[in-house]
Amino acid sequence: MAVFWLIGIVLALAAAGLVLGRARALACVGGDARGLHSRPVYHGWTVAVAVLGPVGLVLTFWLLVQPLYVGAVVSAMLGDSADPRGLLLAEVRRAAEGLEAAVETGVIPAALAEDARADAAEITRRLKAAGQVVTSDLTAPVLRAAQRTLALNASGDRAMAGVVLAVALAGLVLALRRIAPAFRARPVVERDLRALLIAAASIAVLTTLGIVLSLVFNTVGFFRLYPAAEFFTGLDWAPSFSGRGGASDLGVLPLLWGTLYISVVALAVAVPIGLFAAIYLSEYAAPRFRALAKPLLEVLAGIPTIVYGLFALLTVGPLLMRVFGEAGLGWMQSGTAVITAGLVMGIMLIPFVSSLSDDIISAVPQALRDGSYGLGATRSETIRQVVLPAALPGIVGAILLAASRAIGETMIVVLGAGAAARLSLNPFEAMTTVTAKIVSQLTGDADFASPEALVAFALGMTLFVLTLGLNVVALVIVRRYREHYE
Amino acid sequence: MFDAPHPTLATPTTPPTRTDPKIAACNVDVHYGTTHALRDVSVEIEDRTVTAFIGPSGCGKSTFLRCLNRMNDTIDSARVTGVILLDGEDIHDRRVDPVQLRARVGMVFQKPNPFPKSIYDNIAYGPRIHGLARSKADLDGIVERALRRGAIWEEVKDRLQASGTGLSGGQQQRLCIARAIATEPEVLLMDEPCSALDPIATAQVEELIDELRASYSVVIVTHSMQQAARVSQKTAFFHMGRLVEYDATSKIFTNPEDARTESYITGRIG
Repeated sequence: MAVFWLIGIVLALAAAGLVLGRARALACVGGDARGLHSRPVYHGWTVAVAVLGPVGLVLTFWLLVQPLYVGAVVSAMLGDSADPRGLLLAEVRRAAEGLEAAVETGVIPAALAEDARADAAEITRRLKAAGQVVTSDLTAPVLRAAQRTLALNASGDRAMAGVVLAVALAGLVLALRRIAPAFRARPVVERDLRALLIAAASIAVLTTLGIVLSLVFNTVGFFRLYPAAEFFTGLDWAPSFSGRGGASDLGVLPLLWGTLYISVVALAVAVPIGLFAAIYLSEYAAPRFRALAKPLLEVLAGIPTIVYGLFALLTVGPLLMRVFGEAGLGWMQSGTAVITAGLVMGIMLIPFVSSLSDDIISAVPQALRDGSYGLGATRSETIRQVVLPAALPGIVGAILLAASRAIGETMIVVLGAGAAARLSLNPFEAMTTVTAKIVSQLTGDADFASPEALVAFALGMTLFVLTLGLNVVALVIVRRYREHYE
Repeated sequence: MFDAPHPTLATPTTPPTRTDPKIAACNVDVHYGTTHALRDVSVEIEDRTVTAFIGPSGCGKSTFLRCLNRMNDTIDSARVTGVILLDGEDIHDRRVDPVQLRARVGMVFQKPNPFPKSIYDNIAYGPRIHGLARSKADLDGIVERALRRGAIWEEVKDRLQASGTGLSGGQQQRLCIARAIATEPEVLLMDEPCSALDPIATAQVEELIDELRASYSVVIVTHSMQQAARVSQKTAFFHMGRLVEYDATSKIFTNPEDARTESYITGRIG
């Protein structure tokens, strides 16, 4: 709450700086803006940036460092304890939060909460009565540590508010004094703006990096507990949860096989249909029909995949059962199978293939078609021998993009393909994929120190490397074979 | 593709004499949507002659050129009326397939448009789809002959498998001309073939056009009056969608009948 108000005040100061800076710039040349190096509004912005920039840095730094400092102090207070340090610290944090909430709602007087000689049992009783969850009774050291946490945080927040306001005011005053007719305000603002843009771009990149690093570290952790050779070459997937005891078989091959099999079925559905649709839309359809049909096709891409999953489970599965199941040909045991998930996933991928390919085919210059027609080629000859080869790199890129979507797809597989990990060639059998198993390994009560949970990260890493590789291949193909048209 | 001449586009039983027109257009009008691009054009184009179409931008000369091999069919909004006869036969007759027509009336475009294939495949494209070669050696021969006539053989003979799009602009245009020649058309339409070329490449293309006159009827649209004077025997002047004057090139450039023609060639309108 305090931080919220602080930011509000700083923003108000910055807004004031914007207006004041502009006015001051105009005033110092007697109202004639042509006497200034930069337009008045740039002078205003230098003031606003001088307020916001340093405050942003100070605030970020402070908010990061204060919890670390408090944690270190409290940790030193507790000294060496038999309890695992992490659990004890978590308990202190919960107690501190409980105390703070209780004081705010008035259940415990502030004086009692801060009293260094307050009785631990008394506080526990009052906290429990107030509904502030305290799982076990507070011990005296924990209570003292919690009280110290609160005190440190309170003084820290006060100091932060003081420092931030001082920095903001100093920035305001200094920037206002800097304004002069010859002051080059525009380059300053543009430099700051560029810094802002760079920061925005780096956040995206750094987040990606962070995700990859967390995957890598947890994967390494998993390989400490479980041999990598068995993970990559194991033919069985049979995790046993700690409750049942015994060792797990965590071989990735059955899952990879399921992933690739279902993806291949999906692409076998999506690529011909999508490509033919794209050729029709770009080469044959009347413009008015295309304008109507293309957005409709793209609506398919907007359907949440869980809805496709339901479609697989409730419609496609039973339909296939009627033909291939017990009542029909007798090849299928249940509605959830590779073929079900593959068909539905293929339908999901059609708009990816068709829409991208349509754009790519339409981008082939009309001059090439004219050249072909001018030689007496028919429309289909032109499409097969000139337009499609010219568009091929882009189409391959679109297909690989669809393939990486298929490999990463989860919900359709969870609902449509079953949960059995097996190595089989029969498309009418249930199989499962890497993504579906990541879900099942991490849902429920997962103990993040066991190989059964950590394997999810190794699976995620495998998937990441696989799709990354596909994307790289797609990029290379598109780059190498792309024709440059003016 | 066909052993016997196509029934609807059969060569006339009597070989055309020097005076018979190769193409005769009569009262041709073209509309693009609501725009009336070409009005009532009648022209007779002779065989084994270079005919130049000149006129200011937007005067309809390219539009008329595209009528001669029905390339306007590929534009949805275009509507062509009037009669165009090729060797005495109406090219708009329902029995005439525009695809076969275009095999007889080839076209070279303003911007070089090589296919994204090898140089060899660019040239072999037309002969392949029309089944002109019986064997690989036959096809090799056709490709070499076309490249030689296109005055580009010496430059590309060592890299026939290289991509056609990797050539320079002038080479690309000569490749496109060679590609058009390879299908052995009877008429070659050229829509400002030199507008993207430097003077040296232009000179090469003009020399080529002069050679082609020995076997084909060539129709060339050009913005350069010097070019028209250099390469053509007959010149047609278009203005505001109308054919203003059509006569021997020497007459058009020295003693035009129409005041507008004179204004244009002396640079007063355009």
